[in-house]
Amino acid sequence: MIELFFATLGNLLTLQHMGYMLAGVSLGLVIGVLPGVGGIAGLSLLLPFLYGMDSTSALAMLIGLLAIIPTADTFTSILMGIPGSSASQATVLDGFPLAKQGQAARALSAAFAASMIGGLFGALLLTFAVLIAAPIILAFGTAELFMLTLFGLSMVGVLSGANMVKGIASACLGLGFGLVGAAPATSEYRMDFGMLYLIDGIPLVTVALGIFALPEILDLLRGGGSIAQGAQLGRGWFRGVRDTLANIWLTLRCSGIGALIGAIPGIGGSVVDWIAYGHVVQTSKDKSQFGKGDIRGVIAPESANNATAAGALLPTLLFGIPGSGSMAIFLAAMILLGIQPGPGMASNDLGITYTIIWSLAIANVIGTAMCILLAPGIAKLTAVRYALIAPFMIMVICFAAFQATRSFEDLMALLVMGILGIFLRRFGWSRPAFLIGFVLALGGERYLYQAVQFYGWGFVTRPLVLVIAAITIISIWAGLRGAKGGSSIHTEGSAEYSVARNMTPQIIFSCVALAGFGFAIQQGLGVSFLAQIFPIAVGIVGGIATLLLLVQQVRGPVAAGSANFDSEAQARDGGPWRFLLWFLGFMGAIGLVGFFASLIGFFMVFLRVVARSSWVQAVALTAGAAGLMLVLANALNLVFPGGLLQEYLDLPWPFR
Amino acid sequence: MTSASTPLLTSRRTLLRAGAGLGAAAALPGLAQAQDFAGRTIEFVIPFAEAGGSDVWARFMAPFLGKHLPGQPNVIVRNVPGGGSITGTNTFYQRARPDGLSFIGTSGSTQFPFLLGDPRVRYDYTRMIPTYVSPTGGVVYLPKSLGIENASQLGRLRDRELVYGSQGATSLDLVPMLAFRLLGLNVRFVFGMRGRGEARLGLMRGEITIDYQTSSAFITQVMPMVEAGTAVPMFSYGVLDGQGNVQRDPSFPDLPHFVEVYEMLNGRKPSGVEYDAYLAFFASGFAGQKPALLPPNTPANIVATYRKAFADAVADPELQARKGDVLGEYTQAVGDDVNAVYRLATTIKPEAREWVRNFLTTNHNVRF
Repeated sequence: MIELFFATLGNLLTLQHMGYMLAGVSLGLVIGVLPGVGGIAGLSLLLPFLYGMDSTSALAMLIGLLAIIPTADTFTSILMGIPGSSASQATVLDGFPLAKQGQAARALSAAFAASMIGGLFGALLLTFAVLIAAPIILAFGTAELFMLTLFGLSMVGVLSGANMVKGIASACLGLGFGLVGAAPATSEYRMDFGMLYLIDGIPLVTVALGIFALPEILDLLRGGGSIAQGAQLGRGWFRGVRDTLANIWLTLRCSGIGALIGAIPGIGGSVVDWIAYGHVVQTSKDKSQFGKGDIRGVIAPESANNATAAGALLPTLLFGIPGSGSMAIFLAAMILLGIQPGPGMASNDLGITYTIIWSLAIANVIGTAMCILLAPGIAKLTAVRYALIAPFMIMVICFAAFQATRSFEDLMALLVMGILGIFLRRFGWSRPAFLIGFVLALGGERYLYQAVQFYGWGFVTRPLVLVIAAITIISIWAGLRGAKGGSSIHTEGSAEYSVARNMTPQIIFSCVALAGFGFAIQQGLGVSFLAQIFPIAVGIVGGIATLLLLVQQVRGPVAAGSANFDSEAQARDGGPWRFLLWFLGFMGAIGLVGFFASLIGFFMVFLRVVARSSWVQAVALTAGAAGLMLVLANALNLVFPGGLLQEYLDLPWPFR
Repeated sequence: MTSASTPLLTSRRTLLRAGAGLGAAAALPGLAQAQDFAGRTIEFVIPFAEAGGSDVWARFMAPFLGKHLPGQPNVIVRNVPGGGSITGTNTFYQRARPDGLSFIGTSGSTQFPFLLGDPRVRYDYTRMIPTYVSPTGGVVYLPKSLGIENASQLGRLRDRELVYGSQGATSLDLVPMLAFRLLGLNVRFVFGMRGRGEARLGLMRGEITIDYQTSSAFITQVMPMVEAGTAVPMFSYGVLDGQGNVQRDPSFPDLPHFVEVYEMLNGRKPSGVEYDAYLAFFASGFAGQKPALLPPNTPANIVATYRKAFADAVADPELQARKGDVLGEYTQAVGDDVNAVYRLATTIKPEAREWVRNFLTTNHNVRF
């Protein structure tokens, strides 16, 4: 076995195989940096090239791409406050404040070091786990998975922002949005407004981009100038690495958490970074700096997300069950290469497994080195006037959003979630809590129903369920320890600057949320028993939390205490609406003439009017943007979302 | 290659007659010259996201089709996901031009809503033109702990409640649901599975006590369990020959198919409205699961070009060498063999449809 282990390494270390891996890593770097565009799009780009490739080269290329994405997605998280992919959302909380304080270099190098350790830890774990993991994966049945979703939800305790009641309401709001579409137990549709688009639910990417990326882009635009605002990238490259090494136990713990959650099919990697973040907050004595620029808040999620990628390979290889969207495509790629994953991957086909593991380890090292080399260059973007960057960001998040169904509806969903995100951010409704609720909603509903079907309510006495329940209780206790009324982590910015005198806007938003919960209950009443439990429960809990919040808010600005939160309270510039109108205009144009033509128009007008570019600069940037879109769309065989014009006219690609 | 191919050949004339309607409707005047796609790009529309059975199938077939179409065009796969494959198929049906530059590959999940009369369906299978149909198969198996050695003993389970992990009452899992009902098995359906793999893990854990896997998953994932003595195969769904008769699955020649098992347990062949319903959904979900379709009104010469190209592609030794688990051991329906299996996979008797709709509404709260 050891002989085989090193023989596969020798096979991999040929010029051809390493060349393909470098190609995969390079593409993964670009994909990782683009916000919202992640492993699914990256692997899809590679699928057409698999035909006729030898399996070692192909696996090296695919794994190279997968391995670097959770490393490279850190760039925009730290430098721009926009998660580069779902794996790096939590990194924003402390990474972006660090960058604003001129410590971007430190944050980036700490993140890269943590990512590499996480990736190598994952590869090492995989080497042994592939032989023994099958019974562990099988130990997590539906009952255990349901408890794990509760454990995930318990992170809301840490991430609720300044006001616990508001955090709970926010998580319930996320749960509500997560329940849109078909009920797992009966396939009945809820909250779908009769739209075919909504029967599969709202895509996670769209939600994440809408609530995190769009509000941040608009906010940065309002600030004018550049992101760095005179603050430099800073030196701190070695300091960041030292930070990670000083927290090596934390790094390894979070790697372990990441690998374990990645390995259990059904929970998925999109909450791993939040769980790791929650873990570091819960286990730290001094919590005062979290959310304001604590380097541990960067190290924890970054070490976890690379290990998750390794963990997710386990159920894919051993059972042919993909734990995530990217793993589903990896699985398809393996089948196209003539490899059928299964128990054989731990015996007859162990060579293939080891090739994958070595590729993972080597790609993590190469990827980290490339990120460090490119960091100074990429970081210079933060010194560029944001008005020049914003249209690119808007273009990329639109592109990422319409990967879901390639239709205009994807963009409408992005807009709706974006507007919601603006209000959540403004009124201090924790967006991390919302996202955790959203991600875990359907899983929670599915596993509770299945667990009761399989075991009856006695499922709660299963040993592993009790263990996870105990961990959950400890987790909640650790999160609440030393915090009064809310957690110490201000997920939506500092509460001190957000005390409003006029409570009306907050009260109106709370009332809208209350109406939303009422709608969830009304929709729940319209379906059969098994499909109504969750919407009604979420509606009731969220409704009560919102009512409690309202009671605090109507007492007046001072008496409301931490319930009073309006980050626009001191604003004098009329809010983000001016820039939202630009986005709306872009959407409207897409609805009329389709994505590609609108993109060109939007870029030219925005650059000329908002960024005050010269004609030369505007044309050059527009051409660059259009070129990037064409290359990506062509490689993915993508038709851009069309508008009314495309309904009537059959235009040539890319205007189709 | 298989026993199923012989009857297919003998019945070619019947098939021609069956397909004549389609072909004649498709013929347009003035376009009768030979097609040449040199330098063109042809879109193979897949109404599903990347990854998954249909996508893998299309990506595997695309280069071989390109190689055998005249002019060797570049065949690309275009994924149009959403709405459980209804969205992409609706769009294709309404928009695609009958110029041979785009065609669609649908699946059982696209055919079922059509057969059930789902109001969201805007496509009509009787008007689209099949050029190739790819079958698949499945095997029902039990955990060894139930003490059942083979299908003839299945009757012993009638007093006992079995548990099946289903992806939804109107999903492909409708086929086993109807099959278990015909066999008189008492099965409780637990919904919300996201793939057959999850259900298989459930069976390994003991949560689930009856399951089926598609052929390739059965061979790689369940066969080791059978060899280890923890699982027992019961029956395959079988395949269809040219007359629409169910035959043994060529991947599992030693395993009885569903109809044989029905006869073992009941001493007579299955018949009646329930069986008609089962047969329609079995044909649509397995024996004729993946048709490649040209849009309505495509000229006959383009249809003929496509049918020949698919026949040549399937006969290509390189495809045969590499087909592995993507196509399995199944006889691909090409050329004139296409129409019969296609018709079975896309039609249902009105009374059988009514029965299924009632059954689903009464037992599983499905609203139409």
